[in-house]
Amino acid sequence: MANENIEKKDMSLDDANRVRVLSPGMMVFKRFIRNKLAIVGIVIIVFMFLFSFVGGLLNPYSQSQVFYTTEQILKDYAGATTIDQYQIYQVDGVKLPSDIYSKTLIAASTKKYVFETRDGSLLGLGNVGEGVYRIFSLEEVNMLLKKNAAYDEAVAAGENFFVDKDGKTYVFQDNGDPMPSVYEATEMGVAAMKSFTTYEKDAKLSYEFYCGALTAVADGEKSFEADGKTYSVDGDVITDGTTEVALVSDVNFNAANAGVFISPAYKEAAMAAIDAGQTSFTFADEDGTEIEYRIENKNGQYTFRRFQETRVIDTYARPSAKHWVGTDANGMDLLARLMYGGRISLLIGFVVIFIEVFIGMIIGGIAGFFGGWVDNLLMRIVDVVYCIPTMPLYLILGSIMDYYQASATTRIYMLCVIMAVIGWVGIARIVRGQILSLREQEFMVAAEATGISTYRRIFKHLIPNVVPQLIVFASMGLGDVILAEATLSFLGLGIKYPAASWGSIINAVNDSYVMSNYVFVWLPAGVFILLTVLAFNFIGDGLRDAFDPKMKR
Amino acid sequence: MKKFIIRRLLISVVLLFFVSMIIYTIMRLMPTSYVETQAMTLAQRPGSKSFQEWVDQLNAQYGLDTGIVQGYFRWLSKAIRLDFGDSWYFNQPVLQKFSSVIWYSFGLGLAAFIIEILIAIPAGIVAARKQYSIADYAITVIALIGISLPSFFFATILKYVFSIRLGWVDLYGIVSRMHETMSDAGKVLDMVKHMVLPTLTLVVVSIGSLMRYTRANMLEVLNSDYIRTARAKGLPENKVINHHAFRNTLIPIVTLLGGSLPGLFGGAMITETLYQIPGIGYTFYQCVTQGDIPFVMFYMVFMAVLILLGNLIADITYALVDPRVRVN
Repeated sequence: MANENIEKKDMSLDDANRVRVLSPGMMVFKRFIRNKLAIVGIVIIVFMFLFSFVGGLLNPYSQSQVFYTTEQILKDYAGATTIDQYQIYQVDGVKLPSDIYSKTLIAASTKKYVFETRDGSLLGLGNVGEGVYRIFSLEEVNMLLKKNAAYDEAVAAGENFFVDKDGKTYVFQDNGDPMPSVYEATEMGVAAMKSFTTYEKDAKLSYEFYCGALTAVADGEKSFEADGKTYSVDGDVITDGTTEVALVSDVNFNAANAGVFISPAYKEAAMAAIDAGQTSFTFADEDGTEIEYRIENKNGQYTFRRFQETRVIDTYARPSAKHWVGTDANGMDLLARLMYGGRISLLIGFVVIFIEVFIGMIIGGIAGFFGGWVDNLLMRIVDVVYCIPTMPLYLILGSIMDYYQASATTRIYMLCVIMAVIGWVGIARIVRGQILSLREQEFMVAAEATGISTYRRIFKHLIPNVVPQLIVFASMGLGDVILAEATLSFLGLGIKYPAASWGSIINAVNDSYVMSNYVFVWLPAGVFILLTVLAFNFIGDGLRDAFDPKMKR
Repeated sequence: MKKFIIRRLLISVVLLFFVSMIIYTIMRLMPTSYVETQAMTLAQRPGSKSFQEWVDQLNAQYGLDTGIVQGYFRWLSKAIRLDFGDSWYFNQPVLQKFSSVIWYSFGLGLAAFIIEILIAIPAGIVAARKQYSIADYAITVIALIGISLPSFFFATILKYVFSIRLGWVDLYGIVSRMHETMSDAGKVLDMVKHMVLPTLTLVVVSIGSLMRYTRANMLEVLNSDYIRTARAKGLPENKVINHHAFRNTLIPIVTLLGGSLPGLFGGAMITETLYQIPGIGYTFYQCVTQGDIPFVMFYMVFMAVLILLGNLIADITYALVDPRVRVN
């Protein structure tokens, strides 16, 4: 090969510089770098290595780091139910029987105000009016009601109890008999379908207050006295002259989350919105910001929902400055996973090919060199392995690993071993064929004639002549191995979460929603596989042409 | 020739024996999760036997209670009589399931095979005739891209473009929802329509090797002495290419194609699974994930037979088309 930069003047025929003789290796190299496709392949592979191995170091995120984001999520804030059960406020220190609720309900609707509870105590209701009842514990007495002013007054007011001159309270029940039965009563509590909300958080109200307030609300009075104070009633709101104390309503509110205090003002606003038939209303929170609440009505049960900032895993985030390729289903950074996945894909490719070449060279070499029955036996073994369908076998072994719950790392090692154990036969065949043909050539006969050892004949004369084909085969085989690993991981039987591989990243398309809406999840990984395999094929092609220029004329 | 074929057949039988033994051993290592799941459901029935008793009974029923060697010979003695047992997952004889799904795979494979030949051979010849032209580079690069494309990725792109973006075809399946109401011709067309994308996928991912093979062979032929002679005689270039070169290129190509014919029955596992074409490959995939040993065992042996058959056919066609081989 003539070299231009050697001066052409004064050269004699035997001048050593007249023709620059290149070593065979150098010629191969020169031919190789003249192949444009091969150079493209080299560039891609270098990029992939930098991307995976250096990029993984530079990227601030690791492959299994989960990212979170805050999102506005519609969440339940409070629920409201119209009270359809009697709420019972007990006198301090009194314990009422457990079936008092149902008994009260029955007694109030049947107007049979005297009843016996399950534990045998005799109780009665004192009808205050408008669905407010006092609860008494009763004791039957004989008493004449004729000419009793208090009794007449009670009958006139439609009540069924009265306070007699002796200061005791009596309950009477009209049984249809000429004379109603009379009971001496001790006050136990008050029942009404109303609930109280204090304006001050955690404020306690006394029984006297409950009783007075309920009576006042029921009778439509404007004020009542309790605990030595005078309270005034304005609609549903009870004030102690200056400040608001409590709100009475027939709707029961409860917060969706424990520890949340629902203020009476909120209730008022909510009630107003419900009464007006609105589907949403706004209410200022403690900081004064207006928050919109949506009202949902389900069989008289109201739910108030609002948008709340919630910390959620950042799944399928679109590519942004923070995540250049976005995030995947687990909220992990896809760029980092692509980098670490690239490491595994490339690593598996090289490890598998290395083992394959190692086994294939030894078996093929022995078979080719010794021939005879050794050759026959080894080649039959090769035939047997060659006949085993590879992809189905990988699948079976993958599911076996699934069953034994192999860890992500174990799977990677196992995958390497399995693929190599299946894949070496191709190389063995090539090496054997090559050695068989080389053995018959003159230089081997010459080598034998000089009497050098078998070891030297194999390793100094035969193997170097096989290497070119091996390199070509290995570089193309690398692509195949990466493809097979990707396919296996894609089917979910290769590399598994939390380890990443390009194939397992594309696995996300098994969910067709992801396939149609989150292209950025699967497209880059696929392009990377394609580019890498393509690059190895370009290089293999270029190497073959460089080693064997006969094909390129 | 006859002796050659008989010898090859005998070797194939011996190989098959060892291959099936290896496969059987691996299959026995496979978790018998199917049996355990079955036993679990059966054991939960009121008044049923305990789980372990069911496992033992099912293992005996499915022939899993023996050692591997004994089990293999038991399987083999049945398999020789073409009795491969019942598929556990599909609950019907393996061969019955096989014959009901194989034609989908064969149809898919054959369509792809024919299209492949129709495109790859002319393209390979064009590339070889105009070596180093733009066409040659384009064909080489396209062939390499085809080889390098992961089929699942290409299938995903096709589905994304044609099913989701354009909405021309369904994402999955072999028939559309209204299939039963269609006329006979409509039914066929419906199936053909569903086969378009799978066929395209198969063609693209497998066309590359044939294209490159054709190109390499054509180059070799074009550089041989008889082509130079033909040109020296002054034959028109078309005649040189179409008569002298093309026929000789066909020798290795026919061998290759003959060898890949049995493969048409093997099914394309990945492609079928992705498009959920109910062929043999998809069926096998389902069986593997369900631990259906009889069907998986059958399929693996079937595939091994196909590979052996492919080699045999390749050798025989080679001898048929190339008289030089017959003499030796």
